[in-house]
Amino acid sequence: MMKGIKKWRLFALMSTLLVFLAGCGREEISTLIPAGRVAQDQFNLLILSSVIMTFVIVVVLIIFILAIVKFRRSKVGEDMIPEQVEGSAKLEFIWTAIPIVLLLILAVPTVYSTFDLADVSTMDVEAKDGNSSHLTVNVTGKLYWWEFEYPEQGIVTAQELVVPTNERVYFNLISADIKHSFWIPSIGGKLDVNPENVNTFYLEFDQESSELEDGVFYGKCAELCGPSHALMDFKVKSVDREEFDQWVTAMQSEEPAAVEGALAQQGEELFGQDGLSCISCHATSGVGQGNLMAGPNLATFGDRNRVAGYLEHNEENLKNWISNPQEYKPGNLMPDVATLNNGEKLSDQELDALAAYLMGLSVEE
Amino acid sequence: MSSIAQKKGFGATIWDFMTTVDHKKIAILYLMSGGFFFLVGGIEAMLIRIQLVKAGNDFLSAGTFNEVITMHGTTMIFLASMPILLAFMNAVMPLQIGARDVAFPFLNSLGFWLFFFGGIFLNLSWFMGGAPDAGWTNYASLALASEGHGIDFYTLGLTISGFGTLIAGINFLVTIINMRAPGMTYMRMPLFTWTTFVASALILLAFPPLTVGLFFMVFDRLFGASFFAVEMGGNTIIWEHLFWIFGHPEVYILILPAFGIFSEIFAIFSRKRLFGYTALVFATILIGFYGFMVWAHHMFTVGLGPTANAVFALATMIIAVPTGIKIFNWLLTIWGGNISFSVPMIYAVAFIPTFVAGGVTGVMQAIAPLDYQLHDSYFIVAHFHYVIVGGVVLAILAGTHLYWPKMFGTMLSEKLGKWTFWFFFLGFHLTFFIQHFLGLMGMPRRVYTFGADQGWDLFNAISSSGAILMATGVIILLVNVVMTIVKNERIGNDPWGDGRTLEWAIPSPPPFYNFAQTPLVRGLDTYWIEKMDGNKKGMIFAEPLGDIHMPNGSIIPFVISLGMFIASFGALYFMDGKPWALAVLIGGLTLMFASMLVRSLKDDLGFHITKAELLEDAKGGNTDGH
Repeated sequence: MMKGIKKWRLFALMSTLLVFLAGCGREEISTLIPAGRVAQDQFNLLILSSVIMTFVIVVVLIIFILAIVKFRRSKVGEDMIPEQVEGSAKLEFIWTAIPIVLLLILAVPTVYSTFDLADVSTMDVEAKDGNSSHLTVNVTGKLYWWEFEYPEQGIVTAQELVVPTNERVYFNLISADIKHSFWIPSIGGKLDVNPENVNTFYLEFDQESSELEDGVFYGKCAELCGPSHALMDFKVKSVDREEFDQWVTAMQSEEPAAVEGALAQQGEELFGQDGLSCISCHATSGVGQGNLMAGPNLATFGDRNRVAGYLEHNEENLKNWISNPQEYKPGNLMPDVATLNNGEKLSDQELDALAAYLMGLSVEE
Repeated sequence: MSSIAQKKGFGATIWDFMTTVDHKKIAILYLMSGGFFFLVGGIEAMLIRIQLVKAGNDFLSAGTFNEVITMHGTTMIFLASMPILLAFMNAVMPLQIGARDVAFPFLNSLGFWLFFFGGIFLNLSWFMGGAPDAGWTNYASLALASEGHGIDFYTLGLTISGFGTLIAGINFLVTIINMRAPGMTYMRMPLFTWTTFVASALILLAFPPLTVGLFFMVFDRLFGASFFAVEMGGNTIIWEHLFWIFGHPEVYILILPAFGIFSEIFAIFSRKRLFGYTALVFATILIGFYGFMVWAHHMFTVGLGPTANAVFALATMIIAVPTGIKIFNWLLTIWGGNISFSVPMIYAVAFIPTFVAGGVTGVMQAIAPLDYQLHDSYFIVAHFHYVIVGGVVLAILAGTHLYWPKMFGTMLSEKLGKWTFWFFFLGFHLTFFIQHFLGLMGMPRRVYTFGADQGWDLFNAISSSGAILMATGVIILLVNVVMTIVKNERIGNDPWGDGRTLEWAIPSPPPFYNFAQTPLVRGLDTYWIEKMDGNKKGMIFAEPLGDIHMPNGSIIPFVISLGMFIASFGALYFMDGKPWALAVLIGGLTLMFASMLVRSLKDDLGFHITKAELLEDAKGGNTDGH
């Protein structure tokens, strides 16, 4: 008997939880499904403040409903002149004191957490082998894409951040042009990407992104930065430390993998100095420093989840993007490909070649 | 010259309004132009919600969407909410303190025309190469990079209309300090007058930082200065500070008069004295004071460091205390009262839970670490619409119904008013409640489109459907206004029957000199006191009937503002190297300074209304109590 009730309870609990979670948005991007320690802290603050605030709302609503039900004219009479009460010092004291107490309850974790989340003092602490004990990523916000430099590792990538799980990752943020804001909702709150100073904070990734339906966490620009602000997305792959180290090693290999197939080789030629010179803005090797090249690094292009940060990752979208970038991200700085091709549009065959080449750029086996 | 309500031709009426220095007519001008801009801003809001009704919509292009959101915010704050509140302040505050007009009637007119021309200038950007597109906050790095003249329309337009607002604020301060009727001590002033007083002080202190910021921006964009140009050693965060040092008090400039209107409504329609009047007054002052201490809570994510964030987080939380005091005092005002659910009272009653909801999300955002998640997401969009629509706009709609009879002498239909209320109120919650969750689900604000794969489709569609209800409510209000004007059923001094303050003791609309004899105030809610004492005249008088000195109307405020308006076009096109621009700039400034000179040199001593004329008016029942 008891067992039955327990099971029923559990079932009810699970099903309400399920309904609740369905209303929480997608796990790749919702702050309500935290996947990192920072987001979890912030979620806990959300719950604490919501509980206190619900209490406030309930108290107000009870007095409010009683008042408008009890003292309506139809009930107390047309000619009734109420007593002209001046006020009550006792009541004033009560509704000054109680909110102060509630705010004090909120103030303590607020101050603690504010300092805790801004604590980057361990960033430069060196481990025994002389290397930094923590991963640091330099993030540069550009119109309308993101560059991620790993200074310790000497590698650069763009649009898709790759990070190890279950450890602190430090971020240095700066903008190369307009102010942006760096936000991965399910991992932690945002920090602005200012043009004049480096902002530093840390995040922790507690879940491997391969467990997610889409395989990546979604990152956003959260500060209006021009027409394509809404499209300035990036993606985050969180992998365990071992896999991360493998990825870094692959990125660090100076030798690019041989391009296979005639079509892709034609694409490589088009991409290079003797073709359209795409390579003068887009590096295809992961080795390098940040903020040097005008366009995103494409070393990992074949591994990516999206084209241009938000379009589905397929050759069709890639070709559309190359032939008409302004249509897909208005105001971005990629030149019209015709200006690189003596004023002529690329033929379908040339686009196929470029797409084949780019889709082949990969560091993951 | 002295008698009122003469039949006039259309042209003469227009001329009368262009030259008027009467606070009641200026109030009507503010209400009409503010109402017009409210509709413009509302159309912009509808465009936003149409664009976001589904994922990947292409109703508006990316650039146009940014223009629309910028103009929606700017219009609603500067050109709709503020002027409509200034309309009520102008219409009611001098009557509440028993004054014949504001302290500086000429300046009052100048303030209006500056606002008006500034607003027109800003909106002309739509037809002259594109509206501003850097958001109503106009953050510097984006604003400096913005092409075309949109941002210049923003900076110059707001500079002009900001002058107007500043002038209005100073005028109200002086009026309230100097022109209260005998016996109207500070602690007998009606709450709406008190909130006007505090809001005017905030205007006086908050607009200069905005003006400084706008000047920097104008110099950077038009004359190549580098206040905000990072590559030249400038700093864009200075703009954010200047903007929010203005911007946060601005929120209270809007909400305090709204509180004032609701305070009047609660007392009138509960037929009861305001509970804890003293506490309400001090809470108002405290809110105004704290309003200057919390601006950096708009900048928690800028990277000011944990110390600044913690201090501003705590300071922000404190504001919840005086606001809570107000809410509970209002609740206790209706408690034990005799509540009549007329249209203004329905708005006031609906305001309480709505505003509490907006207030508590404000406290949540004061928690700096939590704000890192909420900032610049749809959560903040929901929050500020809950306080600004749920507070200010509900107050504006309530005030429109409450003061319409006093301003125009006719009553808006109660029945249509209730329809407006239900459409607007339900539509409002449908539109904005769900946006809290969109924000928590990761949707950033100011996005012109969103992908279908992020789980935001349904909630956005619901939000857009709510906007249709709100628009329906506003359309019913317009119908109501037109029908009321056409019917033209005149009403008496105290149409709500339970008026408590001086404005309800005189005819609707009041004669142009307001009080034939200055009243003597015997306490808080002076008209109520006289009514309860059985005084049929509704007031006792501080002076015998005598001649009244009145100012003459003047076209000069209009011309000064027109001069600035013209000069702004010169400044704007000067940068394009247009040869005529300099001539326009100089011409406009000449017009402005010449008319100032005329004003300074020409003595205008005004005129007197004689006792005989007042007695003549009184026979027609047009003045108070004779």
